[in-house]
Amino acid sequence: MGWAIALHGGAGDIPLTLPPERRLPREACLRHCLQLGVGALKSNKSPLDVVELVVRELENNPHFNAGKGSVLTTNGTVEMEACIMDGNTMKCGAVSGLTTVVNAISLARLVMERTPHIYLGFDGAEAFAREHGVETLDASHFITPENIERLKQAKEANRVQIDYTQPMQKNEKDAAATDGDSQIGTVGCVAVDSDGNLAAATSTGGLVNKMVGRIGDTPIIGAGTYANSLCAVSATGKGEAIIRGTVARDVAALMEFKGLSLEEAAACVVKERVPKGTVGLVAVSATGEVTMPFNTTGMFRACATEDGYSEIAIWPPTKD
Amino acid sequence: MGGWAIALHGGAGVDPNLPHHRQEEAKEVLARCLNMGISALRSSLPALDVVELVVRELESDPVFNSGRGSALTEKGTVEMEASIMDGMGRRCGAVSGVTTVKNPISLARLVMDKSPHSYLAFSGAEDFARLHGLEVVDNDYFITEDNKGMLKLAKEANAIMFDYRIPTVLPDTCGASVENPLQMNGLPISVYAPETVGCVVVDGQGRCAAATSTGGLMNKMSGRIGDSPLIGAGTYAGSLCGVSCTGEGEAIIRGTLARDVAAVMEYKGLGLQEAVDFVVKERLDEGKAGLIAVSRDGEVACGFNTNGMFRGFATEDGSVEVEIW
Repeated sequence: MGWAIALHGGAGDIPLTLPPERRLPREACLRHCLQLGVGALKSNKSPLDVVELVVRELENNPHFNAGKGSVLTTNGTVEMEACIMDGNTMKCGAVSGLTTVVNAISLARLVMERTPHIYLGFDGAEAFAREHGVETLDASHFITPENIERLKQAKEANRVQIDYTQPMQKNEKDAAATDGDSQIGTVGCVAVDSDGNLAAATSTGGLVNKMVGRIGDTPIIGAGTYANSLCAVSATGKGEAIIRGTVARDVAALMEFKGLSLEEAAACVVKERVPKGTVGLVAVSATGEVTMPFNTTGMFRACATEDGYSEIAIWPPTKD
Repeated sequence: MGGWAIALHGGAGVDPNLPHHRQEEAKEVLARCLNMGISALRSSLPALDVVELVVRELESDPVFNSGRGSALTEKGTVEMEASIMDGMGRRCGAVSGVTTVKNPISLARLVMDKSPHSYLAFSGAEDFARLHGLEVVDNDYFITEDNKGMLKLAKEANAIMFDYRIPTVLPDTCGASVENPLQMNGLPISVYAPETVGCVVVDGQGRCAAATSTGGLMNKMSGRIGDSPLIGAGTYAGSLCGVSCTGEGEAIIRGTLARDVAAVMEYKGLGLQEAVDFVVKERLDEGKAGLIAVSRDGEVACGFNTNGMFRGFATEDGSVEVEIW
């Protein structure tokens, strides 16, 4: 037993040749967010508060695909979505189609706590944000030059992609060869305190060049986000595969109905419920275990447990 | 065992005092739609096509809370949502915030078949519909006088509520609810009648499919999304079964009801009815809901912890049923 926390910044085809100027700021952000989360757990903040504050931090960082730095729709706009779930009460909140709300995850929490509903989208969600004085900024705030470039490249290649950080220089043949999979993606955080209370939170800008109005797995309870009394899960990758595979719920279901451990359940889902190259997730259990499996090339991730273990990584661990 | 099977529903949670003619009217619509599904199955139409055509028919009829006859938002408008899932391959499609598309379930299917995505909402969904030439009408088309009356009562009661169909000539029926202690979503059961619709089918090849469609909660906030378009909550289909739910949306979402029926079958080896019973008993807590399900072996099942659920079933061996209680 003991507290544990895990967070991610997206799973996808993160090339091993990722240049330092793209890798280091992300690692630094993961480290910073991990420290924030650990500090909060140590000061006895509830897991629900912890996952919200960590995801807010990830949203504010422009290097990840959430909040500022969100990838763009086919119209060049930003449509953000997020979801939060409290494993204790099974209460949850979700939002989609946000264009001006600075922290989607906090709006999701507000939906959970201040409305009789679970999920608000688009104009209704934006109106709700204003009614409650939630921080909003002009839509242009969220758009970064990198994402404008990504959209351009996606349109040129005429495809929708998880979202990718192909280098600006187009003379790199390698860049063209990678079939536009993710270097940056959804962000998420899961946490458990020493009493076994669990919470999960996920936030994203979605897919590069997505259709306007496209909703992914992130705000769908049981797909991208889930928490109950056994575990908390946040998934990332190809939204459509995560929805079809009810990924987050299935990790918990395998534990509950088949008696698998957290690690076994998560590994099973990532290996068998979804196609290769599509999914990663972070999960913690009520007993303070952590697991971060992925079937993609890499996943930006970090975790820490009360017994002193901590990790920040991008690619699979190398075997000795 | 084996053979095709079909089930459809039109809402969980029914006022025991619902006037007889309203009950009969709803049963007639269910029976008609059920028969359409049966004919389709007899002509070997695949499960996915059958659930779509049955739900289209339910949407087109104003008696139920989907398509025409949808519950109204707090603004007095209609915002519809739907989802469809093909058990073979678990492909899925969903839409929310639909305001002019005559048959939201067909738009959901189009998202599944013709877009790179699984779920489209609001203006994006509407644009996509137009791009593909789906039939569109004014939002007024979906609004019925009955529902305008209901919205007014709901606002007076200042509460979010399920769809309810007390005829406007009898506003005092609300008062009668004092004698009736049954409640859903914090409101007296006297307000509950035909509601969200859904259909699940297993065809002669053992393929399962599920579809659900709704206008949502009466007096809901604009932009509110319920369980019906959420895969795993209101709708699910896999190789073992197809499931469609109705009731308190928030409880269904939290309980990932539709997925859980399939999950206990897959992971605990429960049979269809056992799985349905388990989920209704264990996954709802204080929530009120009902669901229908079919298995690849040609079984049908339903379960609900509400007072009644509009439903109908038929199996290849000839049994046919339309029930409320």
